[in-house]
Amino acid sequence: MTQDEIFKRVKNQLVDALSVDEDEVTLQSRLQGDLNAESIDFLDIVFRLEREFGFKIDRNELFPESIFQGDPDFAQNGKVTAKGLATLKQSMPYADMAAFEANPVFENIGDLFTVDLIVRYIASKLAAKAA
Amino acid sequence: MRWIWIDRFVGFEPGKSATAVKCVSAAEDYFEDHYPGYPVMPAALILEGLAQTGGILIGEVNQFREKVVLAKIPSAKFHRDAVAGEQLTYHVEVVDLRPEGAIVRGTVTSNAELIAEAEIFFAHLDRNRSQQAFGSDNFVFSGELTYLLGQAKLAAARTDGPPQLPPAAE
Repeated sequence: MTQDEIFKRVKNQLVDALSVDEDEVTLQSRLQGDLNAESIDFLDIVFRLEREFGFKIDRNELFPESIFQGDPDFAQNGKVTAKGLATLKQSMPYADMAAFEANPVFENIGDLFTVDLIVRYIASKLAAKAA
Repeated sequence: MRWIWIDRFVGFEPGKSATAVKCVSAAEDYFEDHYPGYPVMPAALILEGLAQTGGILIGEVNQFREKVVLAKIPSAKFHRDAVAGEQLTYHVEVVDLRPEGAIVRGTVTSNAELIAEAEIFFAHLDRNRSQQAFGSDNFVFSGELTYLLGQAKLAAARTDGPPQLPPAAE
């Protein structure tokens, strides 16, 4: 399955899950910032992707939550520390970290959850399955 | 306040589907305001009945140990109004059932005529709010709902014959 085919199928699921128009969903769209996803939508999206692609998705693998809970070493003065960034990279290998690293404001961690993140995750899982 | 928007279960297949009926009475309070001169059952309350039917179906799977809450209605369509004197039939089927929650699809019919259809997403509360403790008391399935649960179990045991009354709720 090509990246484009995966994107189209992911887009269809997001249109249903978030009640957005097809043309609102691009690879760069942020689930929360652009598509207004709320916390419960993430679970809905995981369920839909599982049905669409036919394999089990670990919610915490695709959308890790509470990575930083209770560890003051990960953020200081509203910014994610180097240690925090390393942890993020490890927890979210499918995220495009470049833009966030340039300005790692803690509050903007949600911006890492993009359509592209989902597509990359699905592509990697499909490749692993095929191997 | 009695927040029960189904009257009786008429079918119950554990983990798969449930059917309940609701008789719409002209005595119901909401007709006063919804709307003056044009009394129709509020669509939100039709959905509530469908969600109660589905919530009990999902709750029963884990013997009502999970706190099953209505998290989201991804889609709902209303085909016509429901009015006093009608018996609505709420039928729900499980689409997806996971440790974190479940999705059901349901229809609302009156004399086989489609009134509404919806997809309803339930979350298992304790598995989604790890930082919040809701305690061991299952406040979702308590009080009035326990009575309905008794009905659901009876409906599961026999789907024909006259209605039976479950033991009174504690």
